[in-house]
Amino acid sequence: METIMILLIGVLISVATYFVLSRNVTRIILGTALLSHAVHLLILTIGEVKKGEAPLLGNQTADGPYTDALPQALILTAIVISFAVTAFVLVLAFRTYKTNGTDDMEQLRGDEHE
Amino acid sequence: MNNLVAMPLVLPVLVAVVLIFFRHSPIVQRVLVVMTMFALIAISSVLLRDVHEAGIQRLDFGGWEAPFGILFVADPLAVLLVLVANIVTLCCIVYGFRSFTLAYEKMFVYPLMLLMLAGVNGSFLTGDIFNLFVCFEVMLLASYALITLGSQTIQLRESLKYVLINIVASWLFLVAIAFLYGTLGTLNMAHIAERAQQVGADPLITTVALLLLVVFALKGGLLLFFWLPGSYSVPPVPIAAMFGALLTKVGVYAILRTFTLMFTTHAAVTHTLIGMMAMLTIVLGCIGALAYRDLRQIAAFNVLIGVGFVLLAVGANNETAYAGAVIYTMHDMIAKALLFLIVGTMIYVTNHTAYTDMSGLIRPYPIFGWLFFIVMLALVGVPPLSGFPGKILIGEGLIASGNYVMLAVGFASSVVVLYALLRVFLQSIFGETIIPKEEKVRLPKTMLGVMAVLGALSIALGAGAELMMPYVLDAANVLANPSIYIEAILQREG
Repeated sequence: METIMILLIGVLISVATYFVLSRNVTRIILGTALLSHAVHLLILTIGEVKKGEAPLLGNQTADGPYTDALPQALILTAIVISFAVTAFVLVLAFRTYKTNGTDDMEQLRGDEHE
Repeated sequence: MNNLVAMPLVLPVLVAVVLIFFRHSPIVQRVLVVMTMFALIAISSVLLRDVHEAGIQRLDFGGWEAPFGILFVADPLAVLLVLVANIVTLCCIVYGFRSFTLAYEKMFVYPLMLLMLAGVNGSFLTGDIFNLFVCFEVMLLASYALITLGSQTIQLRESLKYVLINIVASWLFLVAIAFLYGTLGTLNMAHIAERAQQVGADPLITTVALLLLVVFALKGGLLLFFWLPGSYSVPPVPIAAMFGALLTKVGVYAILRTFTLMFTTHAAVTHTLIGMMAMLTIVLGCIGALAYRDLRQIAAFNVLIGVGFVLLAVGANNETAYAGAVIYTMHDMIAKALLFLIVGTMIYVTNHTAYTDMSGLIRPYPIFGWLFFIVMLALVGVPPLSGFPGKILIGEGLIASGNYVMLAVGFASSVVVLYALLRVFLQSIFGETIIPKEEKVRLPKTMLGVMAVLGALSIALGAGAELMMPYVLDAANVLANPSIYIEAILQREG
């Protein structure tokens, strides 16, 4: 299971890297969104995807092994943050496009005298 | 357990929410924000006294004890930085009363500044590395909003780059946390430190440490600062001052905390690398400060020189150098805020950004001119001012550890800073005045007052260094002996 997950993470990161390196702002944002998906899967995988009991307090019937609950809490927090940041950066990209008249990073460099 | 420890994070967040409801009455917003800031300064002063008298203070949220729960830790370094951060923010906000237009005040500029401060304070105080990530994000989201506020063409262009760089840096931070959790199985900083010591110089842990170094170097402008000069020169003056004073210092704090507490076992690799990066940052910062005529760029490159100089202490890696790093970071926050405010005011009264287009500002604005003189001497490190004790302590530490090249580069940078600012001083403050009497822009007393207060603080921190020294030495003691921190959190007898 872990091997498949790692391969999936690798594919996601390569696709994301390809997107981030392009000139179009929308593609870059898509790339960063994919990057965050990849790292969420990485956190899930690194805590070992094993099928243990639910780690509930007072659950005396099961005597382990328990599934590690912490990665899921971390991922939940990270998802919320990446959602907020992605929403913000999409609005920012739209405003930049409207005021600067371009969504090409090459033209957004700012230094005309190079 | 001390509930005051969470207040520097909780109070600004609560007040920021309340302020949103007073959107259309700037006066109420101003009164509330100033009251909050004074309360925060009082709280951090009380905390500083508590920490000095009773040792490291902690607050376990929800009663979950370390290493299982998230906790806030008030150690001397964190509290000192929180105190200075609050004072600097108060100054920037009061300066903003005169400098922000009504449109800014209605677009939530004060709540956003408070939220950014909350993130900064949280980053200083937290004792859990994932919580550090969350506090970073709180700070960064507020800073994204602040840097874009105003929506000018150049502002949007630069902030898009700033936001994208920081998204990638935050992503790397998460990757590092994932590997750290996979290797050591914990996220509590003290617990990480304990387990890392048990494992010893493990290559995997060193790799994770270097990954974290890249993250913090991106945030703090250590060598990976290519995004900094562009984005720090676009927002309005008080916001740029807050950025210059606080944001990079959070990265510096994170490096100090991570590499003195958690990753100490492979110092030959990590600490030497940080020292090298600091040296390169100083050299490149000096070149930048000399190359530009735009005052905002000169100020931004001065931020980098400050960051590099503080982190030379990690290269030296001894208690004297850390004491110097603590007091120099405090000085740098005050002096950089003052420098950004002064530079912004110069641009405000002359309507030019290049110093070569200004001349003779001391005639119409005498106090202002001498304030520039003070900040210049403070940044260079002339004795009665605040830069001096930090420079001499870091210098002593570097000599004690035998890093003579770093010492030479560090002190040579003082000369370059002196040259870079002195030519601005001679050209634009001295010289024949170009502003005729009838066209003189009135400099509001509030702005001048704020800058005078910051200048006075700089003098006080330098002249009264003896009074601050007990607290600074406390902080350096914890930095040099991580076992104090670990025992205070995990409550095991060493």
